[in-house]
Amino acid sequence: MSDITEDTVRHLANLARIALTPDEVTTLTSELAAIVSAVEKVNEVATADVPATSHPIPMENVWREDVVADELTSEQALTGAPDHDGSRFRVTAILGEEA
Amino acid sequence: MSDLTRLSAAEQSALLESREISSVELTKAHLNRIAETDGDIGAFLHVSDDALTIADEVDAARAGGVELNPLAGIPVAVKDVLCTLDMPSTAGSKILEGWVPPYDATPVARLRAARMPILGKTNMDEFAMGSSTEHSAYGITRNSWDRTRIPGGSGGGSASAVGAFQASLALGSDTGGSIRQPAAFTGTVGMKPTYGGVSRYGAIALASSLDQVGPVTRTVLDAGLLHDIIGGYDHHDSTSIADEWPSFADAARRGARGESLKGLRVGVVKELDQPGFQPGVSARFHETLTMLAAEGAEIVDVSAPNFEYAVAAYYLILTAEASSNLAKFDSVRFGLRVTPSGTPTVEDVMSATREAGFGAEAKRRIILGTYALSAGYYDAYYGSAQKVRTLIQRDFAAAFAQVDVLVSPTAPTTAWTLGEKLDDPLAMWLSDITTIPVNMAGIPGISIPIGLADEDQLPVGLQIMAPAREDARLYEVAAAIEALLDAKRGSTFSALTPAYNGGAS
Repeated sequence: MSDITEDTVRHLANLARIALTPDEVTTLTSELAAIVSAVEKVNEVATADVPATSHPIPMENVWREDVVADELTSEQALTGAPDHDGSRFRVTAILGEEA
Repeated sequence: MSDLTRLSAAEQSALLESREISSVELTKAHLNRIAETDGDIGAFLHVSDDALTIADEVDAARAGGVELNPLAGIPVAVKDVLCTLDMPSTAGSKILEGWVPPYDATPVARLRAARMPILGKTNMDEFAMGSSTEHSAYGITRNSWDRTRIPGGSGGGSASAVGAFQASLALGSDTGGSIRQPAAFTGTVGMKPTYGGVSRYGAIALASSLDQVGPVTRTVLDAGLLHDIIGGYDHHDSTSIADEWPSFADAARRGARGESLKGLRVGVVKELDQPGFQPGVSARFHETLTMLAAEGAEIVDVSAPNFEYAVAAYYLILTAEASSNLAKFDSVRFGLRVTPSGTPTVEDVMSATREAGFGAEAKRRIILGTYALSAGYYDAYYGSAQKVRTLIQRDFAAAFAQVDVLVSPTAPTTAWTLGEKLDDPLAMWLSDITTIPVNMAGIPGISIPIGLADEDQLPVGLQIMAPAREDARLYEVAAAIEALLDAKRGSTFSALTPAYNGGAS
């Protein structure tokens, strides 16, 4: 009853930015199909009259004073970066050639 | 002095305060124990080289008459999910290998403020995704009761460290049972506080509406002492509860005096006491109920019909939130970067990095979460799971209208054999059936050891649950049950741990 195909998994992997190998796509397709049919049972009781709960302890409008606090220096923020130029994170091209 | 590592933190504290031992002695004893046993146990990913310095400072402060926290000078282990300024923080993932954060998690900062030497960082399933600690990128952790068995997960490292006397205290995190289930499997005590009771600032997030940090110890009092240090409001965590909390150590001491069980209404959740559970688990659980009744507790059967849907809803909510939380591992700001050949775009680099950096379970859950959140499926999956969450909360509310606490076995089985469920993700997920409802409702839950299963002589845990914000009630009741069992046994539970002094299994 599940509609999970290898194309579905490839599409999801693209959305999630994970370059899955073909073997992983095959394995995940069968696993995901089994998992989805197991978790689908939530629909048996999740009827229209039941409100959704996003957080277990409801809180609203949790604000703090709008003042600068707890900031990291750029040096601290860059300590774990794979690449940087001393003040900014450095990455490869944002747009590919065809763009 | 006999082996200091066998003592509870409260006992260690008394010896420190009376100056019979120093923190340096105590810390060395634990570091030696780690050196002797951890080659085989595998509880630690990193051992600190700073613990003795802190211990020395505490001894000097005590000699100088400085007023100290009761746990000052007592070494503690920290699950690798928590950020530490001076040690790598990987959450068990290759994608964060060697990463040293630029800040401390709040619970860690509070350990330091209480002047507790941190022994090191403990192993865990990658990003806390797992129930056996076999999904760590850095290898397995063994159960100190039987080193061919898993210690539970995701916090198998903290539980085994405490169970193997490498530390008397550790921190864990619990999203669906990752503190309580390993506690049950290793014969230790594990407490998941009320959601918002302990700050998650600096805890590498798995599922933000479920995660909670808490203590891992060998006695209920020790858990209360540690909770008193790490708990309480923190403005860095927007879900932190601003209430004043009572002393949990005091609650545990009150419970141990023995009056707390008389007239206590104890609910047994029918759905969490199933015929399919391992016989030795059910036997110890029902014996404990008989003992409670003999002490004047009123045992009440309650039903929570929607718990049947809890695991399904949990895995939708968890994976949805995890897929979003783990998007930050994008090769830009921290952690691994894998650059494919040619002229890759930043997206190519991200995809190659995440392919290389995440393990199989992380990928599985990210893909499921991405599916549950994708257009056209959101209402059917994530939306429905959130409705189930409401139904589970209503079941708990109805149950707590009749009783003071709820109880169940912490896990349906004892610790299973290494590798046994590794190829069957659904079977692994179902092993959390007893602990998951607590996280879905945000209520506190504690696991304490209640005996050994007849068929395998492995520890069995009792889970006790209370309404949100009633953490003190759990400490009181858990300490009362622990005291009764200790008196019947004539020893602490941890005294039953099989001797192990290093060497391969």
